[in-house]
Amino acid sequence: MSSTPTREVARRVFAREFNDATYTFKESDDDRAPVYALLPTGQRANRVFVVGTLTETEDVGEDSEYWQGRVVDPNGDTFFTYAGQYQPDAASMLRELEPPEYVPVVGKPRTYETDDGDVNVSIRPESISTVDEATRDRWVAETAERTIERIRAFQDDSPDEYVQMAHEEYDLPVENYRRAAVSALENLQEAEASAD
Amino acid sequence: MTETDLRTHAEEIHEQFSDRLDLTVDEVHERLDTLVNEYKVPTSEARRSVVNTYLDEAGMDRDELGGSGGNERKPVADVDKPEEWIDITAKVVELWEPRSDAVAQVGLLGDETGTIKFTKWSKSDLPTLEEGEVYDLRNVVTDEYQGRFSMKLNRTTTIEHLDEEIEVGDDAVEVAGALVDIQSGSGLIKRCPEEDCTRVLQNGRCSEHGEVEGEFDLRIKGVIDDGEDVHEVIFDREATEELTGITLENAQEMAMDALDTSVVADAMHERILGRYYRVVGPTLGRYVLANEVEQQGAPADPEAVLIKARSI
Repeated sequence: MSSTPTREVARRVFAREFNDATYTFKESDDDRAPVYALLPTGQRANRVFVVGTLTETEDVGEDSEYWQGRVVDPNGDTFFTYAGQYQPDAASMLRELEPPEYVPVVGKPRTYETDDGDVNVSIRPESISTVDEATRDRWVAETAERTIERIRAFQDDSPDEYVQMAHEEYDLPVENYRRAAVSALENLQEAEASAD
Repeated sequence: MTETDLRTHAEEIHEQFSDRLDLTVDEVHERLDTLVNEYKVPTSEARRSVVNTYLDEAGMDRDELGGSGGNERKPVADVDKPEEWIDITAKVVELWEPRSDAVAQVGLLGDETGTIKFTKWSKSDLPTLEEGEVYDLRNVVTDEYQGRFSMKLNRTTTIEHLDEEIEVGDDAVEVAGALVDIQSGSGLIKRCPEEDCTRVLQNGRCSEHGEVEGEFDLRIKGVIDDGEDVHEVIFDREATEELTGITLENAQEMAMDALDTSVVADAMHERILGRYYRVVGPTLGRYVLANEVEQQGAPADPEAVLIKARSI
């Protein structure tokens, strides 16, 4: 078992926190070592799993197709995902899907610096498909729970190395992410109440 | 029972007592030989008798031996290496029909921690195991095939029937999370038709039997991820049909129409990727074999999470 390289786990994170995860790092000098984005609540993420509403798709490529998808979470925050020729399956999904649609996206965090020095965080998708509302709701509750667990660990008296790294690299109040979790859950409940 | 086998037993017994008694292998061998060849006592019984004699002489308890030849006593679930000599206490859960004359008995042994396949060779000349009975087995050797472990009873194995009951444990595990990936080799596949082979063909070739006329099958190798841990899961044909609603027959028609088998995997991606599942089944190497599959819909208790979120 130990001889097989372990697959990186897909972290659950709301867009508000994900888009703040501008610091990336590697854990070894090896060219092929995985790149991690540091979540501001103090966890490394080489892969994420998000489920949200695909609201818009656009081919933003110049010479070849390069698809941008906007995936919105229940707080109204947006994940940006980009798929080109090296992500053919995800690119063809973005080409063919008609928003709005609930979509799960599995992918890798990527950062790029804009001309005015901002760092944008996006998802390079490994897969995009479509799901129903129940699956989206499950993701929301799960992501809220994972976020709260991270915040608890962040506030722990003996923080682990990634929490320490987050303290060093970011000056962002984790309270924002707790609020994101609370409001996402409240949205779920409201939706449920109005369905009843 | 050949001369060398008796010699092996003698060496093992000698090793067990070498630091407590002043023995030679020849002395031990002679005792065994008398019992086996003169008195026609079964080898395992002879070994027991000889060991007991030396235990008395050394003033030791059987427990102090710590297994024959210093083997580790292991629960079934801890078997994780091939070619390891171990002792176990286990119940015969099932006996299967041996497929070859070389095999005297084959089946499943179990203890509180799970079950494991065992094979007993005809040439080992060991006593017959009865289904539902508990035995103390010493000097069995572990084996591995495609990540799955088994145990071989051999000529040096001793078998002692115990008047005990064992509640055999369920070695199934439960994993739940989002299906985040479907690995290559999933969908409509072809397997080698050779007896007992069933390897998946790559470009019409079996790695063991070369070019063969394959038999169609369905399989999914998927990844279930809960945000903390990753589990690789294999869905066999039945589980795949249940999971995707695509039967083997449908799949063959789809592939025929498209002149391409990959359309089946594509259709499966669309139906299951990014959804949540709970899977129960035994493990095989690094995989969980999905015996039970259930899709998970809306969250059970978002209120509880909300209370937690508000409390910090």
